[in-house]
Amino acid sequence: MNPYAPVGIFLGVAFLFAVAFSIVPGLAAKKKPNDTKAEAYECGVEPTSDVSGRFPVRFYIVAMLFVIFDVEAASFYPWAVQMHALRTFGLLEMIVFVVVLGIGYAYVWRKGGFQWR
Amino acid sequence: MTVAHVLDLLNTVPWWLVVTVKAVIVLVIVQTVFAYSMLFERKIMAWMQLRPGPNRVGPWGLMQPAADAAKMLFKEDLTPKTADPIIYKLAPFISLICAMGAFAVIPFSESSAGIWGVADVNAGILVIFAITSIGVYGISLAGWASGSKFPLLGAVRSTAQMISYELAMTMSVIGVLILAGTTSLSGIVHAQAKVWYIIPQIFGFAIYIITAVAETNRAPFDLVEAETELVGGFHTEYSGLRFGLFFIAEYLNMITVACIATLLFLGGWNAPFGLTIVPGLIWFVLKAGLFIFMYIWLRTTLPRLRYDRLMNFGWKFLLPAATLNLMVTAAIVAVLG
Repeated sequence: MNPYAPVGIFLGVAFLFAVAFSIVPGLAAKKKPNDTKAEAYECGVEPTSDVSGRFPVRFYIVAMLFVIFDVEAASFYPWAVQMHALRTFGLLEMIVFVVVLGIGYAYVWRKGGFQWR
Repeated sequence: MTVAHVLDLLNTVPWWLVVTVKAVIVLVIVQTVFAYSMLFERKIMAWMQLRPGPNRVGPWGLMQPAADAAKMLFKEDLTPKTADPIIYKLAPFISLICAMGAFAVIPFSESSAGIWGVADVNAGILVIFAITSIGVYGISLAGWASGSKFPLLGAVRSTAQMISYELAMTMSVIGVLILAGTTSLSGIVHAQAKVWYIIPQIFGFAIYIITAVAETNRAPFDLVEAETELVGGFHTEYSGLRFGLFFIAEYLNMITVACIATLLFLGGWNAPFGLTIVPGLIWFVLKAGLFIFMYIWLRTTLPRLRYDRLMNFGWKFLLPAATLNLMVTAAIVAVLG
């Protein structure tokens, strides 16, 4: 048996739980739809305009930075578990990696990528 | 029939059936823990604010979770006409499955028969991070599909917050991995038999706690549902049990990060001061419960942060601090071995 097989089965059972949670209330709840109920609630008053779906570009920058730095974080993991074997060699390798990363980080900071206004 | 007969019979049961039963048991227990941690949160908050708290349904309010569930079951299920109906219904689903999925690899205790948990895999911590980080999709899709302004703003905010703090969170636990030399959760607990990692990794622990609170969107980092600015945040348009699914997911995420903190930093089921007379499971529950109490305590004590400060704090302080912590840990391991 693959040790990851139980994880798959567990996710399947969790899926069934979630299905049950979202089907059962539909059976018990009354349905009396009308136009007012079908409006978006928003903040209690009638929506004044449509949703344009636009939001500040800053959020996209955060998402891009996340991708870059998360890939870097993932590359720390295999190194970390081998640290007892790698010793000084592993440390020096990682110092080089972090310095390169630090230059990029400093560049983003300087350009105001982390500045939230 | 003797015990040996029963054990023989159990051995003939196919492994997938055993796993399925285990999964159902774990999920039912986890849902019960969720229901009562919600009650205890309301009770403890009430006491801290000198109120009695829920005390009408059953003795000491103990039936309150059941009453809440019944109420949610009979609520009308509304979908706004501006919403994207399929994604709108899919989003709470994703949140909940991801929140429940993390419990697949959490070991709760161990006995001579093995680990008490559904799966014991060699990359446990990675599996947890992988599953829980998909939960962000639930939140961002919910806000996107609601067809309403405040949910959209709440969702982009919360997505940005969660991915920013997830970064510092994944970096903060690397120090533990360096010391333990494994990513297996049971292996990390075994490595803490002598010293819990909260002592050598106190900075990693501090960063982990801060990011864990932010990651689960709890006060003082609950910008997602800042009522004064965003009404209800990403779940403004959700009602009835669909809202309930997000609520369950939020609490299950809290329980998950409490379990990870217990496993990585507080020695898991290892007994403190040699008190092995108390079973390991009790210690595990006590340690995780302490963590959940801390959540409630923070919520009643601290005011909400401003969004720009939250983001600056995550990127300009927590991320470099976590990197520094792991490099110092690596240097110590490299020198001392």
